[in-house]
Amino acid sequence: MAILVWIEQHEGQAVSNCWELLARAKELGGELGADAAALLIGSDTGEAAQQAFAYGADRVLAANAPTLEHFRLQPFAAVAEQAVERTAAIAFLTNASIRGGVLAATVACRRSAGIAANATDLKVEEGRLLAARTIYSGNIHAEIQFESSLAVASVRPRSFPMPAPRDATGTVEDLNVGPNEDEVRQKISEFRATDTGEVSLTDAHIIVSGGRGVAEDPPKGFELVGELASTLGAALGASRAAVDAGYIPYKHQVGQTGKTVRPDLYIACGISGAIQHLAGMGNSKIIVAINKDPDAPIFQRAKYGIVDDLFKTVPALTAEFSKRLK
Amino acid sequence: MNVAVLIKQTPDTAELPRVTVAEAQSGQLQATMVINPWDEFAVEEAIDLSDRFGCETVAISMGREGETDALKHALAMGVDSAVHVDERVIDGGDEWATAEALAAAVKKVDTGEEVELVLAGKMSVDGNSSVIYAGVACKLGWDLLVNVTRIVDIVDGKLIAEQAFEGGQETVEVPLPVVISVAKEINEPRYPSFMGIRKASRASIPTLGRDDLEIRPSSTTRWTDLNKPEPEDVQVRIFDGASVEEKVAQLADALMAEKVI
Amino acid sequence: MASSTELLYSEEHNLVRKMAYDFTRNEVMPIIAEHDRKHTFPFELLPKMAQLGFLGICLPVCYGGAGMDFLSLGIVSEALEYGDSSVRETVAVHLALHALPIFQWGTEEQKETFLPGLACGDHVACFGLTEPGAGSDVAAIQTRAVSEGGDYILTGEKMWITLADVADRFLVFAKTQPDQGARGITAFILERGWQGLTTGTLEGKMGVRASNTGWINMQDVRVPAGHRLGEEGEGFKIAMSCLDNARFGVAAGSVGIIRACIDESVKYALQRKTFGKPIAEHQLVQQMIAQMQQDLDIGELLVWKAGTLKNQGVRNTRETSMAKWFCTEAARRAADNAVQVHGAYGYSDEYNVERHLRNTKSAVIYEGTSQIHTLMQAAYTLGMREDRPLRCPMPAYDPDSWQ
Repeated sequence: MAILVWIEQHEGQAVSNCWELLARAKELGGELGADAAALLIGSDTGEAAQQAFAYGADRVLAANAPTLEHFRLQPFAAVAEQAVERTAAIAFLTNASIRGGVLAATVACRRSAGIAANATDLKVEEGRLLAARTIYSGNIHAEIQFESSLAVASVRPRSFPMPAPRDATGTVEDLNVGPNEDEVRQKISEFRATDTGEVSLTDAHIIVSGGRGVAEDPPKGFELVGELASTLGAALGASRAAVDAGYIPYKHQVGQTGKTVRPDLYIACGISGAIQHLAGMGNSKIIVAINKDPDAPIFQRAKYGIVDDLFKTVPALTAEFSKRLK
Repeated sequence: MNVAVLIKQTPDTAELPRVTVAEAQSGQLQATMVINPWDEFAVEEAIDLSDRFGCETVAISMGREGETDALKHALAMGVDSAVHVDERVIDGGDEWATAEALAAAVKKVDTGEEVELVLAGKMSVDGNSSVIYAGVACKLGWDLLVNVTRIVDIVDGKLIAEQAFEGGQETVEVPLPVVISVAKEINEPRYPSFMGIRKASRASIPTLGRDDLEIRPSSTTRWTDLNKPEPEDVQVRIFDGASVEEKVAQLADALMAEKVI
Repeated sequence: MASSTELLYSEEHNLVRKMAYDFTRNEVMPIIAEHDRKHTFPFELLPKMAQLGFLGICLPVCYGGAGMDFLSLGIVSEALEYGDSSVRETVAVHLALHALPIFQWGTEEQKETFLPGLACGDHVACFGLTEPGAGSDVAAIQTRAVSEGGDYILTGEKMWITLADVADRFLVFAKTQPDQGARGITAFILERGWQGLTTGTLEGKMGVRASNTGWINMQDVRVPAGHRLGEEGEGFKIAMSCLDNARFGVAAGSVGIIRACIDESVKYALQRKTFGKPIAEHQLVQQMIAQMQQDLDIGELLVWKAGTLKNQGVRNTRETSMAKWFCTEAARRAADNAVQVHGAYGYSDEYNVERHLRNTKSAVIYEGTSQIHTLMQAAYTLGMREDRPLRCPMPAYDPDSWQ
């Protein structure tokens, strides 16, 4: 019996949010009498598989084949189903990324299993696994009980603390690699990593965001916000107003129609704090607001604030942190 | 090859914060109901494909009896026809029952030629699950592409598309039939035209009900403890000082003490 | 669940409402505050509005229009002014004060010549009645039109003309019989590029800063007889009938302003706290909100009534005047109260309400000041005024022949 966690990989590297999930699976497994099992699917799973032991896996299963180099649903779902059977899984968990979400949904549907998509918490109560998630764009919370023998959940990044790796190794169990290349219907003709070294919003511990407050000189404003972000090793975010006005591309948008984030620190520069924006970042651990309008709603959610012009405050903050973090 | 687009009627996003627990439980909302904004991208893509490849388009939506505003919006934007699926066919069932009903509707709609492409938005603003289209692909036994940012071509029974994911972008080729969820980057949805609005307001939209679709009951989860989180009333600490430098120094002290930097 | 507003209207109208409000929220509101601040005309909106058919919404399809009815014109006007008065004014001036009079008074040849280019936005049009020395007192206009070899030679100056510097078509009123007072006025369609016609922009407006307001100067401008609209001496009647069209759009637009003021005030009042509670819980704030809602409900009904009469082809000068008078005054009240609800922030251009307040001061002046409408309504009620049938009444809306 196991709680099976898919360890998503990008370019051979495990996505670190999956270790949060694996550590949680270990805790839940302790309560339910189930192993924490890690599932790796790819063409180069060796290093990530060993890391899985270090992050708490009781068992590690891997399917390694050239056909599995890139994520394709058909072979990945076939391998995942096989792993569910092999481990007699009572739960299958994925990171709620684009691929994790679709893999979880496909496995759940095929196995007639209940699913908690984009879950924010997993716990055991009275010997049963429960998932928490939000609906209506964060406005209603719900708990989900599973009525099926397999429980499936895709879990939002940063829902659980990042574990420290242990000194542990083990033997990886090989899985059948699924359909051979002739049988895989999807063919990938071109693959481009668009990761430009920027910290991604959903993984970030710190996010620095800019809003309509940059309007008097948008390029300069976002240059300043970006400098603060890179000084802090933070991801760069933006409000919808800034994205709609064309100051910055959509991929940086935080909020109801953008990304939902929950970093440890969220620094909002020149963001008024519209309800739609708060829906995307309201669960951040600490919110800092920099705004010249002391009545901006963002101050009602912020823990710390500076009422001043961001064009003066943000570079001063960058200078201050450059000094301290040297 | 014809195209079906799956759409949902959801509360106006501006009114989402006012949704109450009782409304969420009953599904009877006071809010203004509109087409799920993510689905507009799917509708736009369907219309664009019909211009590019001369295919027929049909919008399918499951909802309460008479809940057809989202379908009318899709018609006004320019899809050729619309079909409503009475939600009673799933008898309060779960996502997989919904997926089965929509898959059955895709098979059932009569658009002349067979539907070989199903388009869907990336998520609904009320359910927030992004699983229905995956379930529809499963129930149909079709391939699935997600977060598609561009449909490059449809040629020789194959569809070529670009799909984006965290940290990458790929071009993928897949034989029809296929289910696709579209990303916001794929297009800019058009506004309904006045001609489309006239057509939509005169259209009678057929409903598929229990007599038309036989759906196996499925109820794999139970939703409990619905509650509305009240935002904590955090007391903000505003740093005062004679200069910006003084203010930021105090803020830096506080953040270092919080150990978040 | 349908709102009470939706119940007044058909499904078709409600689809138009969603489309027009979506347009305003997505296209107008993100850019308009900046245009207002800089006193610039939002040229980027013109092709978008033209493409959607706003510029010919209630003209028959056979003249290139969208074939919708007058209630739809009201709904689009309301939605656009929810964003900003300037954008609604563009439609009002172009369509209600230029294209619709051609549709109402023009010969078949004139309709076929002029309307398609206006409906699709190839031409942008305006209305030149007011002069430096003649506003409400229309009979006092000084512009002269002298007949010469089958043409007319126009000389004079028009002022406070919306779109003067943007338009390339001008509906201008001039005296052909200077001694005949109002009965000596004739209407002409002028084109940009004609010799002797120049335009300019007026600076320093309090409100509607994202609209273009200017002057038209005519020095011996030669106008072919085919560009005369209506009969000689019929200009005053044409001008007054134009006002029936335009005032309707002004009234409907004012309803949009009231709605915007309510939406913004409610949002702010629920968020902003004083004395430990949201200001929405203070009774004097509630009083202002309730007043706005009352004005909105009344205004909606008056606009619906006038639009319904227009659709039926019934003379509606009285009802349209009432709607314009009430709605513009109500919008000014609502904007004033909305600024008050927002306190000091309402006085700053960070929020939209101060812009609405400046805009609404213009609306109680143009298209008949509130004083003119007061006198008109008194005269109707006292039996001192009666509308006589026109030679060319505005046709009733007929979906079959308009589409």
